[in-house]
Amino acid sequence: MPTVKMTVNGKAVSAEVEARTLLVNLLREKLGLTGTHVGCDTSQCGACVVHIDGKSVKSCTTLALQAEGTKVTTIEGLANGEKLHPMQEAFRDNHGLQCGFCTPGMVMSAICLVKETPNPTEKQVRDGLEGNICRCTGYHNIVQAVLAGAKAMRG
Amino acid sequence: MAPLDTGIGAAVRRREDARFLTGRGTYTDDINRPGQAHAYILRSPHAHATIKKVDIKKAKSSPGVIAVYTGEDFKPINGVPCGWLVTGKNNKPMIEPKHPIIAEGKARHVGDPVAVVIAETKAEARDAAEKIDIDYGALPAVVDMKAALKGGGKSVHDAAPDNLCFDWELGDKAATDAAFAKAAHVTTLDLVNNRLVPNALEPRAAIGDYDKATGEHTLYTTSQNPHVIRLLMGAFVLGIPEHKLRVVSPDVGGGFGSKIYHYAEEALVTWAAKQLGRPVKWTADRSESFMSDAHGRDHVSHVELALDKDNKFLGFRFETLANMGAYLSTFAPCIPTYLHGTLLAGNYSTPAIHTNVKAVFTNTVPVDAYRGAGRPEATFMIERVIDKAARELKTDPAELRRKNYIKPEQFPYQTPVALMYDIGNYGATLDQVLKLSDPGGYAQRKAASKAKGKLRGRGIASYIEACGIAPSNVVGSLGARAGLYEAATVRVNPTGSVVVFTGSHSHGQGHETTFAQVVSSMLGIPMESIEISHGDTNRVPFGMGTYGSRSIAVGGTAIHNAVNKIIAKGKKIAAHMLEAAEADIEFKNGKFTVAGTDRSKAFGEIALAAYVPHKYPLETVEPGLDETAFYDPKNFTFPAGSYVCEVEVDPDTGVVEIQSFAAADDFGRIINPMIVEGQVHGGLAQGIGQALTEACVYDKNGQLQTGSFMDYCMPRAQDVPNFKVAHSVTACTHNPLGVKGCGEAGAIGAPPTVINAIVDALQEYGVEHIDMPATPHRVWKAIQDAKARKR
Ligand code: FES
Ligand code: FES
Repeated sequence: MPTVKMTVNGKAVSAEVEARTLLVNLLREKLGLTGTHVGCDTSQCGACVVHIDGKSVKSCTTLALQAEGTKVTTIEGLANGEKLHPMQEAFRDNHGLQCGFCTPGMVMSAICLVKETPNPTEKQVRDGLEGNICRCTGYHNIVQAVLAGAKAMRG
Repeated sequence: MAPLDTGIGAAVRRREDARFLTGRGTYTDDINRPGQAHAYILRSPHAHATIKKVDIKKAKSSPGVIAVYTGEDFKPINGVPCGWLVTGKNNKPMIEPKHPIIAEGKARHVGDPVAVVIAETKAEARDAAEKIDIDYGALPAVVDMKAALKGGGKSVHDAAPDNLCFDWELGDKAATDAAFAKAAHVTTLDLVNNRLVPNALEPRAAIGDYDKATGEHTLYTTSQNPHVIRLLMGAFVLGIPEHKLRVVSPDVGGGFGSKIYHYAEEALVTWAAKQLGRPVKWTADRSESFMSDAHGRDHVSHVELALDKDNKFLGFRFETLANMGAYLSTFAPCIPTYLHGTLLAGNYSTPAIHTNVKAVFTNTVPVDAYRGAGRPEATFMIERVIDKAARELKTDPAELRRKNYIKPEQFPYQTPVALMYDIGNYGATLDQVLKLSDPGGYAQRKAASKAKGKLRGRGIASYIEACGIAPSNVVGSLGARAGLYEAATVRVNPTGSVVVFTGSHSHGQGHETTFAQVVSSMLGIPMESIEISHGDTNRVPFGMGTYGSRSIAVGGTAIHNAVNKIIAKGKKIAAHMLEAAEADIEFKNGKFTVAGTDRSKAFGEIALAAYVPHKYPLETVEPGLDETAFYDPKNFTFPAGSYVCEVEVDPDTGVVEIQSFAAADDFGRIINPMIVEGQVHGGLAQGIGQALTEACVYDKNGQLQTGSFMDYCMPRAQDVPNFKVAHSVTACTHNPLGVKGCGEAGAIGAPPTVINAIVDALQEYGVEHIDMPATPHRVWKAIQDAKARKR
């Protein structure tokens, strides 16, 4: 089995994987990072979104081997100790989550969205979250959260 | 009540969010047991086929395979039970065929399990499953309900040759026919309530674990009601007594009804874990969820409304075909009957109502409760036909509703379809929604849309629902095979911290916050001192779980009553310690005080005394401070409201865009308005999804055409608007918190509101109805057909 090396949440990791192993399986099953979720098998729901070198990527559609040599950040790597990332904080303040299953992917996508569009309109947020499905919140509070998170990230 | 800013009525931030936002939630698939093996289920690709031969030889020798089981192995094991017996016309009980864990001899829907492979890894199990060779004898599929009832030699089950599960009616037929005979106007409508796939974002999963040393089974499962699963699977399927079966439902990623039921996979992993002496895990792929989670809705109805010359409603008449799918899911038979027929009075005082429901077996996935469960179907029929009547009579749809509302002074109101509404003020929510939605500016907005080449429409609908399910003696007499009370234990620890064990289950509802607010208010202690524990049958004494918007009304009341028992005992202890009469002790703001004095004991002091009973009334009061309450509701609760939606339709493409959506609800007293609004938003999005985008489609051969998120259109952030939400309050009269429940309202009220708006937008073409989902193609076609008719 080939070995893959990458940095996950700031730590160097190395693991043996099958060629067909998906990044999400590596994260969840080998590294125990179960914050990244799997909600579908057609690359539609975004529950699995992580950052690879700062860009949001669906880890269910990425082979672990493709992440060789990259810097991967998952939801577990966002907070600074007990201090939440401003986007996590904004989701909490705006009740942007209910069951929490879409949340890790939503937060990761939102951060990337704001990095690309620091001052988004409501429409830009809605369009930007096209790849993330939430069945619980009706999106209203997620959109509010992302707008608030963007403001906080602008500082 | 204590003046804490975390008490009842405060928009407290959720406590559960800390773990969910940092990836520290524990969902079922996040759990891994030492030595665990993985199950992969091979499912029928045919809607209807005999299983002539299953050859598992090659699969058995595939790498990593531990075992392969087929229907033969499960023959001696009972099927998945149904929890509700509906008795139809002439006292004829429903037909209840066996629902095997693995199909026996015949597959009855695409996705019916036909074999299971257990291997070291999921990938190996899946690889091996591909090597199973099954000789199917394809049979013609039963798909369309009307055709199904003709039988014609096509039967899903031999026990039901014409595919009729039951034929049920409710209401006074003669009185209703008489009302129609004297009507000044009758409006009729044929409509479909589209089949939906619940699609909680977390796919179902189950892990069976067996401890040889103790003989105890543990099932980890994505369930809304672990105790119900323990009962159904333990007692009816596998014959495992309660004390040897623990069911754990940890964090659950949404349910919406689809995780109420006992599913075959739960029994399968539990059984296999014992056979193999190893934990066995199964997690659904999304495509598997589409063909194995119970679906929702799927009614075909004919509706009639009779009015007198003053536009007062005289009678409603309904005929409905309700799809049961291939087998009866846990609550399936009660959805189109006792959660549907009984709601057909809506918000209106209509003297005569009659409904007939025929439940039909088809070669499709079982259909059961999905957010709203029967009540959205009822509301859609009522609110669509009223809207059509208003148009025919050239009267304002809001005022036609108002005229026929049950008035505040008419409560308690006995409907002609069995329910007794305790309280409500429908005019108040109507006024509120009108205020929110600016009817005055509508003409201007319509003109502005027109200037852009768009057709604007405005729709209104009211709804009522029966929540807080349910008084056990009532549902028992209607065929429920369980009680529907709720249980809670409130355990006060020696240092004054509190753990609440609740039978309600949170899978997004925020119980860990809301329930703690109730306890915090009542005991005058901070939220941080209160822990809410749920989802584990070994910790929680008993429970019936979360569905039917019952958690706060039934589960919350159980907690309230248990807290009151704590306070009552605390008074006895305080009286002794303060050397006063028990009757003189008051409890307020976390203190037991001798009335009219400043002599008091803090809650924590009483807790300590209860566990260190040195100066304690041991002759009359037991040590310890730990109380349990079972609460059986006296009636259903009746949340109600009115919604307004404005849409823009592009007449060239048929694309519908929601411009605004306003919702005014009466949920009784509200514990946490932030959480309640979130529940409304979520329900609205699901209702809008039903109205505009979602449809579960089978072709005539019973092939599932919408088997993934690629072809089943889940609403995305772009598909829904910002919502305007408001509440008014009439407190529920029969529970101490005055609460009614809020989980399903949006999904019930939104579909007719949206469709009424679209039909309104299409008035210039004379379109009278459009079936859900109102996709661009359907809307465009309705316009073209209307144009053709005019030519
Ligand atoms: S799991 Fe659904 S997109 Fe990755
Ligand atoms: S919070 Fe449940 S899916 Fe988004």
